[in-house]
Amino acid sequence: MERITIDPVTRLEGHGKIEIFLDPDGEVANAYFQIPELRGFERFCVGRPVEEMPTLTNRICGVCPEAHHMAAAKAGDAVYHVEPPRTGRLLRELLYSAFYFTDHTTHFYALGGPDFIVGPDAPAAERNILGVVGKVGMEIGGKVIEARKNGHNVIEMIGGRKIHPATAVPGGMTHGITEEQRVEIERIGRWAVEFAQFSLGIFDKIVLGNDAYKEMVLSDAYTHKTYYMGLVDPNNKVNFYDGQVSIMSPEGERVGKYAPAEYRDWIAEHVEPWTYLKFPFLKKIGWKGFVDGVDSGVYCATPLSRLNTADGMATPLAQEAYERFYDTLAPATPGATGKRLVHHRLATHWARLVELLYAAERMVELATDPEITSTNIRTVPTDKPTEGVGTVEAPRGTLTHHYWTDERGVLTAVNLIVGTTNNYAPMAMSIKKAAQSLIHKGTVVHQGLLNRVEMAFRLYDPCFGCATHSLPGEMPLQVAIRNSDGDVIEVLSQNC
Amino acid sequence: MSPTARSSGKPKPAAKPATKATAPAARAGAKPKLAIFGAASCGGCDIAIVNIHEHILEVAAAFEIVLWPTIMDGKYSEIEAMEDGEITVTLVSGSMRTDETVHLARLLRRKSKLMVAFGSCASEGCIPGLANLSSRKQILDTAFSTTSTDNPEGIRPVWEYQAPEGVLHLPEFEPILRTLDQVVDVDYTIPGCPPESKQIWAALQAVVAALDGTGPLPPKGAVLGAGESTVCDECARKRDVKKIDHFVRIQQVASFDPEICLLEQGLPCNGPATRDGCGALCPSVAAPCIGCYGAAEGVVDYGARLMSAYASVIVATKPDEIDKVLDGIADPAGQFYRFSLAASLLRSSRTAWKSDGEQ
Repeated sequence: MERITIDPVTRLEGHGKIEIFLDPDGEVANAYFQIPELRGFERFCVGRPVEEMPTLTNRICGVCPEAHHMAAAKAGDAVYHVEPPRTGRLLRELLYSAFYFTDHTTHFYALGGPDFIVGPDAPAAERNILGVVGKVGMEIGGKVIEARKNGHNVIEMIGGRKIHPATAVPGGMTHGITEEQRVEIERIGRWAVEFAQFSLGIFDKIVLGNDAYKEMVLSDAYTHKTYYMGLVDPNNKVNFYDGQVSIMSPEGERVGKYAPAEYRDWIAEHVEPWTYLKFPFLKKIGWKGFVDGVDSGVYCATPLSRLNTADGMATPLAQEAYERFYDTLAPATPGATGKRLVHHRLATHWARLVELLYAAERMVELATDPEITSTNIRTVPTDKPTEGVGTVEAPRGTLTHHYWTDERGVLTAVNLIVGTTNNYAPMAMSIKKAAQSLIHKGTVVHQGLLNRVEMAFRLYDPCFGCATHSLPGEMPLQVAIRNSDGDVIEVLSQNC
Repeated sequence: MSPTARSSGKPKPAAKPATKATAPAARAGAKPKLAIFGAASCGGCDIAIVNIHEHILEVAAAFEIVLWPTIMDGKYSEIEAMEDGEITVTLVSGSMRTDETVHLARLLRRKSKLMVAFGSCASEGCIPGLANLSSRKQILDTAFSTTSTDNPEGIRPVWEYQAPEGVLHLPEFEPILRTLDQVVDVDYTIPGCPPESKQIWAALQAVVAALDGTGPLPPKGAVLGAGESTVCDECARKRDVKKIDHFVRIQQVASFDPEICLLEQGLPCNGPATRDGCGALCPSVAAPCIGCYGAAEGVVDYGARLMSAYASVIVATKPDEIDKVLDGIADPAGQFYRFSLAASLLRSSRTAWKSDGEQ
């Protein structure tokens, strides 16, 4: 059988590797997306004190440590059956909103966005932040650096460090903020709102104003009808820090909402022997393999998924952007019931900008809350520690930490369902679909395959820092085309 | 003795010529080559490098970056085709977890004049080094049989798998995690989890100065981008105020005195054994130092140094009193070897050490 290996920089561990097999007619028989690394946090966190989990699990991912920090602190709250005081909760959410703002900015301008801003057909060497600067103008480079600096400064003010924060503990926070810091955070928040609106404006002008790009967004090659998952508040609005997990069917029916502690009634993880990463799926629907549709338990947890599972955004400007998103991509049809969904996976980039605006508006709301500088930031637990679940919405998917402890609060078992992992099956499916649409009768559309596979990755913003170490979206790819004897007959490469 | 990139009032030790690494003679017009490689890591080291912000342009101006897969284009096969020693400096973050990472570390060592262990994973194993308390089988069994894992057949990843369409390979998960210097010869270390961005920039400036002849080449084995003392020395909290008769857990205390040493308020803080360089960030926000900058200058075994530091603040004298105080440390293995187990004298538990060969 002929075989195509897409190995991101041959032998470079940790990036993910794709094997595509062709049948005798030269059509794609199967595609395997392998994750070649494991570190074993679920094992070696056993025996550690529960209050250390927010700092230990930071080290799962240096790209999104804030998500693990918060999920671990919330699981610690649950283990001790305590709620942080209101200010403790607000501070955590403020740090988290600043993190979302920083992370989404990085993705849109440096990683995923260049495909659109510079253009999907531009040479790979130009599809990067420098290409964005070239197209939009010099000032954008400075703005992006300023946005990242601003975001990291807020994270450091509240979390004590720019990377791997230190202040969230079971029961609240170790440290509050001063009025002087609050003023600075409010200033940054207001700047961030303008920056997010500016970013949506760029998307409007460059992507929506270009029929060719719009057609690509709406094309079948980038469409998957799966279930969607995301955290929502009591009004079913998107929430990053807290709430219930909402599940939406591919047909727009809300299948259910569950409290994070009930996650095992809803999610299970499938195992394959050819990869170190597991494949989460909806337990009630069941694992039916790497397939779309209402009968397959495969779900997606991304910015697009969050918009699809919610009824709207909790802040006014983001709500306007949300309405425009659906009115443009899924116009209302008379008589139709149920939630209007967008299944076009490339629209994830736009959804990310709607969330960017929400994160910025939420920063301002939190920074202007009269209680944000209160020193009442900790609840000291009095109950015996037992078991607890903590869930936040990480930028790359719903993140769940589940701990069991002995009576001293020392961990006896740990279960983690990590953001990007939620999207492992959908990513594998997107890769297979891209391959199927570009390989026929043994003929490979060379550059097209590489571009499409890479774009299929980038829209998910895969962060295998959680499983490996590659930065989201940056995928050096090398394709070796082998004949049926396994000999390499041709090598194509991009970014490597 | 190690030169530091920190500007302190302390006299700088005179740089000794490196025993092996010598300043490479700059070829006319050719920039020195820099490679940045991440083994088993979280990506935080790469983010920390990016967070030197506009200085990254100066790095790009001073070096030809030949490999930085997480950030930019770089052709790996070109590294294999290079002459031995052609790369001037290679920064390696991440630990040695699979046979692939070991292979790549060895390849880069051959191709590089100077090899730098960058960050905690590469230099001492970091948090993932705690995996060395378990066998490889225990780690895999746990990951693939958690409460939410649907795995009735007990499937485990295998290094070579016969799929219906062909054979699929995975890198082998090695029995124990190793640090970079347990696999290849290392010239310098930049500590931290992750290294602070301003320290990274200072260390890179020192290397650039050595290469263009305006500064001394640090002696082999030097720790760059950090101090020569302990976190306590850069911590603003007051010490030697009181002794303790018990330890506390952070969640049990609503707030700590903002002026007094956290250890002297009973919170196990790793400052006394940990190298300075971060600016005592964690204690400044009422969180204990967790030891991410690794062992202080001259310390052979991090945990042993921390134990003796704790002993010096405890008032108990009788064995049973001492036992009672030490019982307050919920997780001694983690407390004393949180970041440094893989680099410690022990390196791993007997269980892990003996698991070589079994999968």
